[in-house]
Amino acid sequence: MNGIPMEHGLILASILFSLGLAGLMLRRSMLFVLMSLEVMLNSAALAFVVGATAWNQPDGQAMFLLVITLAAAEASVGLALMIQLYQRFRSLDLDVASRMRG
Amino acid sequence: MELAFYLSSLVAVLATVGVITGTNPVHAIVYLIVSLIAVALVFFALGAPFAGALEIIVYAGAIMVLFVFVVMMLNLHPDAEREQTWTHPRYWLGPSVLALVLLAALVALLGQGGVGETIDGELLTAKAVGMTLFGPWLMVVELSAILLLAALVTASHVGRRSNPLRNNENRGGTP
Repeated sequence: MNGIPMEHGLILASILFSLGLAGLMLRRSMLFVLMSLEVMLNSAALAFVVGATAWNQPDGQAMFLLVITLAAAEASVGLALMIQLYQRFRSLDLDVASRMRG
Repeated sequence: MELAFYLSSLVAVLATVGVITGTNPVHAIVYLIVSLIAVALVFFALGAPFAGALEIIVYAGAIMVLFVFVVMMLNLHPDAEREQTWTHPRYWLGPSVLALVLLAALVALLGQGGVGETIDGELLTAKAVGMTLFGPWLMVVELSAILLLAALVTASHVGRRSNPLRNNENRGGTP
């Protein structure tokens, strides 16, 4: 065996993305929703790195850096929203916050 | 290299399954850290050591520590009443089938694409990435700096203890 086919890396990214999407639809706790979003962003970053190494271009890894920056921003804002949700409703269940009351 | 790639892929997929099926929040976070470190090992096996180091430092080091701190601050318990609903297939059948159909479509498209490239583990150094970032991609770096600043302001505004609207009402009510 000589080298890894590019499809295998992309299939791994697809599996991780599908698992994250299933978790996003499955779970109602906001912590698990945020973690599923992290998994999905991570799989997108993995696809970028696979493309970068397959074609030996550094642009994919630069895009990986930007995806990590986006994940950090998303995690900080999402966790702040989660703290607010817990302080108002004493629960992380997203169904309790399904009604907009201002 | 191939063995490391496939073993790390297996560990990543299994740990991600542990994340989305877990009920204890701290256990799920530790599973997610294992999954991220396995993906970092995949990066090392593919020949992208800079991306792998960044994955460990930034993702598993910084973002996951943020998750752990928030869970420790909120003092969460494993949700027991949710755990019983897992035995009902009605709750997990629909999303699982949808995700499986999406995965099948993605894999079929990848099989049809015929990219045909193989990754031979040639190293992409941090120097090339830095030359790209601070050469033609300079504007994107500035935009990501603005994004981080906006996230900082939003997190410090949203994550406060007190509700500003309620405070204003109280202050307006009392002369």
